[in-house]
Amino acid sequence: MREHSSVSSDALILLHPDDNVLVTARSLPEGATMTLDGQALVLTGALPVGHKLARRAMAAGDKIVKYGVPIGSLLAPVAPGEWVHMHNMTSDYLASHTRESGRQATQPSQESNS
Amino acid sequence: MSESVAPLQGFVRADGRKGIRNVLVVAYLVECAHHVSRRIAQHFDDLDVHLIGFPGCFPNQYASRMMRALTTHPNVGAVLLVSLGCESMDRDALREHIVASGRPVDLLVIQESGGTATTIAAGIEKVGAMRTELARQTPVPMSLDELVVGTICGGSDGTSGITANPAVGRCFDHLVADGTACVFEETGELIGCENIMAERAVTPELGELIQACVAKAERYYQTMGFGSFAPGNADGGLTTLEEKSMGAYSKSGASPISGLIKPGDIPPGGGLYLLDVVPDGEPRFGFPNIADNAEIVEMIASGCHLTLFTTGRGSVVGSAISPVIKVCANPETYQRLSADMDVNAGKILTGEASLDAVGEEIYRRVKAVAAGERSVSEALGHQEFILTYKSFEPIGPGCLPVRQV
Repeated sequence: MREHSSVSSDALILLHPDDNVLVTARSLPEGATMTLDGQALVLTGALPVGHKLARRAMAAGDKIVKYGVPIGSLLAPVAPGEWVHMHNMTSDYLASHTRESGRQATQPSQESNS
Repeated sequence: MSESVAPLQGFVRADGRKGIRNVLVVAYLVECAHHVSRRIAQHFDDLDVHLIGFPGCFPNQYASRMMRALTTHPNVGAVLLVSLGCESMDRDALREHIVASGRPVDLLVIQESGGTATTIAAGIEKVGAMRTELARQTPVPMSLDELVVGTICGGSDGTSGITANPAVGRCFDHLVADGTACVFEETGELIGCENIMAERAVTPELGELIQACVAKAERYYQTMGFGSFAPGNADGGLTTLEEKSMGAYSKSGASPISGLIKPGDIPPGGGLYLLDVVPDGEPRFGFPNIADNAEIVEMIASGCHLTLFTTGRGSVVGSAISPVIKVCANPETYQRLSADMDVNAGKILTGEASLDAVGEEIYRRVKAVAAGERSVSEALGHQEFILTYKSFEPIGPGCLPVRQV
């Protein structure tokens, strides 16, 4: 099984060496500072526990890797330390249901590429 | 792995299976008999008098199979069936099935019993008599290889796949080594993990069947428009179904996958089993699992004596018939809802315990609850139950290991 190892701070977890995202081990306030690969970064917004942030700069279309496996693709470029979530990535299988999509009269289903 | 908890004791049934509880079930056979049944069960205000039922009126083979499996679950000692009188459920066949299982069973038909008040009064009298009968049963020694344990996750968030789920996986590894049958489920929440699971299957044929059942789940959810992903999952940091899947998948631990079962199939022996809860055939009944409790009920129908329920956002549910053990993934949720939780796996994130230590704690908790200690949701009186329309074809020969004689 995979082991946790903290990167630069015990507030961030790297679940697998191949991952390009880190997971927050506790809620982090806006303005929190951290070091990623020797670079100092400041959080531009608060991040709740369990959320993901980019380990390095990535481009739109890049696969996000967590647990050592792809969990979806980026819709927009991200900078190191940037929040990775519904606004900038999507499933490669099925659209995720959110409160917003639930409010729409019809929910267009995504094409599967699997 | 032996721990100094009380030895297991079970109530032995005519089919040789043993229950960890001696529950009396009041079962309504159509929604029209729900109120009368509830009043009968409520009268006793007893942690071992449980209310279950099927709300539908029209014929459904799946519901019939589930009701038979549930009313003859090893944790069930006696049954009162409550019928309106005109619904489709074959009450006499169900009653005969329970009689054949050796359990005391009684039947009330509201249309023949004088209506609400007289049926409630008659039901209270019958349940009272059956409870007296149950109290005379003496438990017998039971071992871990006679136990069936299920796991599901509900109210998942970004912590579920890091703490509670892999910790349950470690517990499952211990239990499988003890000869316990362990069941994990929800092929719709395993989309993206099918190839890894296939590699863990004990035969290549089973691996192919597992891949096919996940492909079926994906098709089903495509037709419905979205997968098994709730808004709370997103609030908690999960973004995609495959991310949720990987987190959910870690509940299965690292043991080989011995078989693939469908709701109501009983694992033939110890080992790790995948429960396929997505209906067969073309999608037509709506979402496969309209709530977590629908999955718990199916696991119980497959013989699970207790269920490990992991939650990050914080679910409070329990279940009729068999105890649910709550494992909280998120340390912040645990602070808010500790009175509903059995195990705090969030302490893995706060550095207070290792994944292995929490896995051991869950393992000890399983043995304690199996030995008779009440789980938290059980003690709080949670008895959520939901059974809806589905259809399944029987499992194929490649789904289960060949039994060693």
